[in-house]
Amino acid sequence: MTQPRGPAEPRRGPRPDPDGGGGSPRDPGLQPERTRLAWRRSALTLTVVTVLAVRQALSGDLGGLLLAGAALVGWGVTLPIYWRRGTGTGPAPLDGRSLPAVALGAVALAVLGVVLVLRGL
Amino acid sequence: MWESIRRWFDPRELRSVGSTPDYRFSLANERTFLAWLRTGLALVGGGLAVAQFLPPLPLRHLREVIAVVLLLLGGAVAVRAVDHWARTERAIRLGEELPASRFPALLALAVGLGALLLVAAVLVDAVGGR
Repeated sequence: MTQPRGPAEPRRGPRPDPDGGGGSPRDPGLQPERTRLAWRRSALTLTVVTVLAVRQALSGDLGGLLLAGAALVGWGVTLPIYWRRGTGTGPAPLDGRSLPAVALGAVALAVLGVVLVLRGL
Repeated sequence: MWESIRRWFDPRELRSVGSTPDYRFSLANERTFLAWLRTGLALVGGGLAVAQFLPPLPLRHLREVIAVVLLLLGGAVAVRAVDHWARTERAIRLGEELPASRFPALLALAVGLGALLLVAAVLVDAVGGR
């Protein structure tokens, strides 16, 4: 431990930013990091649900195979969106279109799930 | 309704109103959206899990009904997440009050009611199945 014990640690913690925060790469609240991790958590959730859907679809017949393929294609199309916003430094630019697209992917999975459940009847 | 759906997919429209807020507010709004999206995905996953792993219930097709209800609920949560995100973003840009919503309370009631029904079904099965 080279750091001597002392009362003052001037570099820690949030401090007023003289630049006004506009161009500052660091945010005391770690907001960009938290947002990226939230995207990664969501990507993991999507992957798990896709695996469940594929497992349900694979019932041996051709229709099931096609539906499993559809689930995998949907996963492959939406995952890059999660990936783009879940990696990198700095706050990712909010292009506004990623969020509806990602939600649309979730709705598509729900619809696919309903089709799969009704097929099994 | 179509107007608001179109608005979700048009970021320029969203950016044309009000002033650009502190980006941290936008990121917090985005994380809230993601939390709701995961809630929706969890409901979808729950519906798929019910269909695959639950043994057939005494009532005919009850298992499939539970699965479909969970799946539809999951889809509704995802749609509502985008809508709420867009309306919140708009309110932040305009400096207005954040939109209030009954949805969390309704969802909580629905989930709680579903849990109670399942508890009742399990108890009835345990008592009557002997």
